[in-house]
Amino acid sequence: MYPPRFKYEAPDTVEQAIELLRQGQGEAKVLAGGQSLVPMMKLRFAAPEMLIDINNIPGLAYHGADPDGTYRIGALCRHVDLEKAEDLAEQQPTMAAAAPLIADPIVRTRGTLVGSVCHADPQGDWASVMSSLGGSIVAQGPNGRRSILVADFVAGPFQNVLRPDELAIEAVVPAPVGTRAGSYLKLERRVGDYATVGVAVSLEFSGNEVARAGIGLTSVGASTINAGEAAQELVGDDLNAGAIERAADLAAQASRPRTDHRGSEAYKRHIVATFVTRILSNLRLTIQEVA
Amino acid sequence: MTSLFTKVSPEPTTDAGVRRITVSINGNQHTVDVEPRLLLAHLIRQGLDLTGTHTGCDTTHCGACTVLFDGTPVKSCTMFAVQAEGHEITTVEGLATASELHPIQESFKDEHGLQCGFCTPGMMLTAKALLDENPDPTEDEVRWALSGNLCRCTGYQNIVKSVLAAAARLRSQGATDEEEGETS
Ligand SMILES: Cc1cc2nc3c(=O)[nH]c(=O)nc-3n(C[C@H](O)[C@H](O)[C@H](O)COP(=O)(O)OP(=O)(O)OC[C@H]3O[C@@H](n4cnc5c(N)ncnc54)[C@H](O)[C@@H]3O)c2cc1C
Ligand code: FES
Ligand code: FES
Repeated sequence: MYPPRFKYEAPDTVEQAIELLRQGQGEAKVLAGGQSLVPMMKLRFAAPEMLIDINNIPGLAYHGADPDGTYRIGALCRHVDLEKAEDLAEQQPTMAAAAPLIADPIVRTRGTLVGSVCHADPQGDWASVMSSLGGSIVAQGPNGRRSILVADFVAGPFQNVLRPDELAIEAVVPAPVGTRAGSYLKLERRVGDYATVGVAVSLEFSGNEVARAGIGLTSVGASTINAGEAAQELVGDDLNAGAIERAADLAAQASRPRTDHRGSEAYKRHIVATFVTRILSNLRLTIQEVA
Repeated sequence: MTSLFTKVSPEPTTDAGVRRITVSINGNQHTVDVEPRLLLAHLIRQGLDLTGTHTGCDTTHCGACTVLFDGTPVKSCTMFAVQAEGHEITTVEGLATASELHPIQESFKDEHGLQCGFCTPGMMLTAKALLDENPDPTEDEVRWALSGNLCRCTGYQNIVKSVLAAAARLRSQGATDEEEGETS
């Protein structure tokens, strides 16, 4: 299967890439890992006039924490880089739980976290992980940079709010206000499949008390869902059984699943509640052990 | 230009849509003129006649088209040939020498790691990348590493056995090489 013809550019700098995007006037697309874009072009769901391959731009493959704890993931950091990062479980437990569950090992060698968030597939795992962490995307255009919360960045199914001349430079998770805890659970029919349901829960503890909480849901709506109300139920409390139950209920209510070949609406909603409960109960046990 | 690919002509092409690239495949440099939309898998198979790389699904699911890109497994049906400019590609033809099979190939043969053989090139290259990084993997690690390569025939058992046997073979070779190095 061949994609339609396109003009190919492989700039060496971010500035050149942005200039090419500007010239493309909305008809150019960025090529990162290509693990979503290339299949879509082969199926002719996408037919950009120009591809701007950013893989030759040095200095975008990073991931790591600033001294204050702000965590940055560059536009060319691949899924596998995160899967293999040994300190990730301690620094970003939700991300560490999700990384090995994205696609299959070979797709993970090319695909990028930032590309996945840009792609805004309702079945994409990273957008809900980032949303649960209160993360942002840093976009750079001809007039400089701006930061957009992932919850606002994803505008709908396969839609983001980038302007035609903006490149997503990095994803950023804000510095924690407490001790990080969290996880990602994904129900899939087989290894490498997209999620039937995915649930990301990210917490920050100050002592026994939840100081910050976020819940993101994958594959249970027309786009990534930020279950803010469910998460808010946990804040200021010590993660007791009552709070866990209320959060699980609210998360299930926030989900908008549809019956399809992966399962019925009721089943998926049930899984959302089950996963929220499971993650939070496990976190409660760990916290109690530490205390 | 009618084809997406032409063996390079002495004169640089004047077709603005065509790019001249140089790619190293199994250590041989190839300079070719390609349309940007030519997939790496097609350059390798149709362009360079290296038909050991298979295309199965053509939708990024099966891993039959896996090649090593600077040592890392990638699905060659999901990359453009132009992206390989300046990079090192290894295909299954790069494993054996003229007289000897690679230890991974020997092990697939001994352990019946293939039936129809369609998935085998991809399996072996993914296995090579794993063993280069982790010479002594557990069975779980082998299964995990191969989970992006689908096989319709074997049920995977003998593939996993083959990779574990290859690991043992490569380790013992490494050990003999070292001993020989010490005594000589
Ligand atoms: C078989 C298979 C299974 C998969 N399973 C899963 C799964 O289970 N979970 C999951 O989350 N994903 C899955 N994926 C998708 C995979 O994670 C992709 O890697 C990811 O969605 C896109 O990242 P990419 O770097 O490959 O982006 P690309 O394919 O290169 O780009 C995707 C889109 O984002 C845009 N884009 C990319 N980077 C930028 C940037 N820096 N600035 C502006 N725009 C940009 C592109 O223009 C394009 O529109 C799967 C893919 C395959 C082929
Ligand atoms: S042919 Fe490339 S993954 Fe199946
Ligand atoms: S041996 Fe036939 S597909 Fe694997």
